[in-house]
Amino acid sequence: MFRFFAIRVLRAVLTVALVVTFAFIVLRLSGDPARSIMGDDASPEAMAAFRREWDLDQPLWMQYLHYFAAIFQGEFGRSMRGGGPALDLVLGRIPATLMLTLPALLMKLAIGIPAGIYAALHRDSAIDRAVMVTAVAGYTVPSFVLGLVLVQVLAIWFAWLPTGGTGSLQHLILPIITLGVGGAAVLARFVRSAMLEVLGQPYIRTASAKGIPWAAVVRGHALPNAAIPTVTIVGFMVGNLIAGSVVVESVFSWPGVGNLLVVSVTARDLAVVQCILLLVAVAMVLSNLIVDFLYGFLDPRLAEANSSGGH
Amino acid sequence: MANLAGTAPASALPAAWSSQPLLTIEGLTVDFSGVQVIRGIDLTVARGESIGIVGESGSGKSVTWLAALGLLPRTATVSGSIRLDGEELRGAAAMRLDRIRGGRVAMIFQDPSSALNPVIRIGRQVGEVLARHQGLSGSSIRAEAKRLFELVGLPDAGRRFDAYPHELSGGQNQRVMIATALAGKPDVLVADEPTTALDATIQAQILDLLTTVRRETGMALVLISHDLGVVSETCERIMVMYGGLVVETAPSESIFASPRHPYTQGLLAALPPFEGALRRLIPIEGQVPEPATMPPGCPFAPRCPQRMAVCEVTIPPLAQTEAGRFSACIAGPATEAQQPLKLKTSVLA
Repeated sequence: MFRFFAIRVLRAVLTVALVVTFAFIVLRLSGDPARSIMGDDASPEAMAAFRREWDLDQPLWMQYLHYFAAIFQGEFGRSMRGGGPALDLVLGRIPATLMLTLPALLMKLAIGIPAGIYAALHRDSAIDRAVMVTAVAGYTVPSFVLGLVLVQVLAIWFAWLPTGGTGSLQHLILPIITLGVGGAAVLARFVRSAMLEVLGQPYIRTASAKGIPWAAVVRGHALPNAAIPTVTIVGFMVGNLIAGSVVVESVFSWPGVGNLLVVSVTARDLAVVQCILLLVAVAMVLSNLIVDFLYGFLDPRLAEANSSGGH
Repeated sequence: MANLAGTAPASALPAAWSSQPLLTIEGLTVDFSGVQVIRGIDLTVARGESIGIVGESGSGKSVTWLAALGLLPRTATVSGSIRLDGEELRGAAAMRLDRIRGGRVAMIFQDPSSALNPVIRIGRQVGEVLARHQGLSGSSIRAEAKRLFELVGLPDAGRRFDAYPHELSGGQNQRVMIATALAGKPDVLVADEPTTALDATIQAQILDLLTTVRRETGMALVLISHDLGVVSETCERIMVMYGGLVVETAPSESIFASPRHPYTQGLLAALPPFEGALRRLIPIEGQVPEPATMPPGCPFAPRCPQRMAVCEVTIPPLAQTEAGRFSACIAGPATEAQQPLKLKTSVLA
C-alpha cells in the first residue's frame, strides 16, 4: 500500500513539474511581456528597464532556474501589471470561482447520476431516449453558446436575471446552470453506460435468483460496482473546480480565476499565469490521488493488488 | 394433461414420486424478439428427485429454467405455465417470485467467479439469503454462514466470512454459491452447468457435494449440463433437449443402455466409454440449427443419420416408448412401442 502511494505521489510531483515547465517555455516563446504591458509606444529605454527589472534580459535557462528555485522557497513571483505577489492575486480570486464551480458540481452530481441510473434501469424506454437525447445535446453545445443563449432568453427577453457581473445571488444562477449542464450530461451518459455494463453481469442475475427484490439488487449489488468507474470522472470534475470555468467567467464577466487567467495571458503577465497553471495542475493531480485512494475502498480486488505489490 | 412428457408413470418409480409433482412446467415457450428459442416444453420435478437436463449450447436448457424463475430479460416473451405446488409462477407478482427464488427454488450458475459480486464479502452474499428467507440477523447470520461453509466443505470456513470472491479459487467460489443456495433451504436446486468452468478434478468434487447435500437435505436437484456423462452419474432421470424441444427423457441407466432418440445415440457415441476397450469416438456431423433458421420438421433431421422424408416436414411428438421412457422420433428404433401422446403436434404453426 505504501509503495502504491509513494509511486503515485512521485508521479504527481513529476506531472506538476512538467506542466509548469511547459507553461514557462510556451509563455516566453509566444510573446513579449514588455511590449504587451508597456505598450507599443514605450521608448526602447523604458522597455530595457522593464526587462531588466523582471530578469527578462537573462537567458531562458537562467530564468527557468531562478523560477524553480523561487518556487521551492514559496515565492511565486509578482504580477507585472499590479506588482503585488502573484499568489495572493490568484488566491484572492479562488472564492469567487468556487462560488460558481462548487454549486455547478453539485448540480452535475444531482442531475447526472440519477438521470444515468434511471435511464439504464429503463433502457430503451421513452424516458431513456429522452435522457440520452438531452444528454447528447447538453454536452455537444459549447458552454459559451449555452451561456449566450441563456443570457439572451432569460436576462434580455424576459429580464428575470442579470446578464453578468456580481452583487447578488441572482447573478450566480445563469453561470452555474451554464457550467452544470455539460457536466450533468457527460455524467448521465457515463453513469448510464457504467450501470448497463454492471446490470449485464452474472452476479446481478445471481442476486435476483436469491430472491432479493430488484430495488435492493440495484442498490446493494449494481450501484457499488457502477461507482468504481464513475469515481474517475467525478474526480476529474473535482480537479476542474479551479480552472473549469474560464469560458463561463468570461461570458458572465465573473471576477474569478478563469477571468484572471484570460486577462493575464493576454497581457503576458507571466508570474500570474504560471501561478494559476501551477495551482490547476496541483488541483488536478490531487483529485487524481484521491480517486486512486477511493478505488482502494470501492474495489477490494484493487486494494489487494496494491497491498501485495508493497512491503 | 394426465400424461405429461416428463412425468414418469407410477409403476416405474417409487411411490412417493407419483404424488403431486413439486414443480410442473407445461407448454413453455420463450421468444426473443420474435424468434422462438423454447418451443413447448413439458416437464415435472418430483420432491427429492434428481433430474439432468442435457443438450448442446443453444438447445434451450438454461433458458427453460431462467424463464421458469422469471430471470430472463424483459425482451423475452414467456408463455405456458410454471407451477410450484400448484401455484402459478408465470406472471406472478415480483414480491411473490422473490419469496420463491432463493427460498423454495435456488439456482446456481456456470462461472462461480463472475456469479458472485466482486465487491461484496462472501459472508454477506450468503447472509443476504439467510436474512431474507430465514429471518436471521446479526451474529446468527455469521454462525449459520459458518455452518453452511462447513457443510459445503469450504476450507477454513470459520474465517471465510469476510473474504472477497477474488480471494477464493473457482471451486471454492462454487462451494460458496452452493452454500448460498442451501441458505434458503430450497425444495429444488437448479444447477446450471455448475462444473463447466472448473478443473476436471474439482468437477467431480462439486458433483459429489451436490449429491451429498441432496441426500442430506432431501431437496430435488435439476442439473443442467452439456455433458451426458456428468449428468448420468448424478441424476436419476435424464431429459435430452435439442433445438428448444425435449427429444428424449428416460431413467439415466436405461438411456445409457438403450438410447431411443438418434440425437441421444449420437451423444453417447461421442462420449468416451467408462469401461472396456477404448473405441473410436463418433462425432455428430453438422451444427445445432440457429433458432431463427430452425428447420420446419424435426430440429435434428438435418444431422440425423436415420432421417426420412417425413422428418423434414413434421415435428415428431414426444411419445412413450416403454414404461417411463419418451422419445420424440418417428424413425427411431423403438417405434414398435410408440404410443403417440398428442403432445406437441401443434407447437409450431
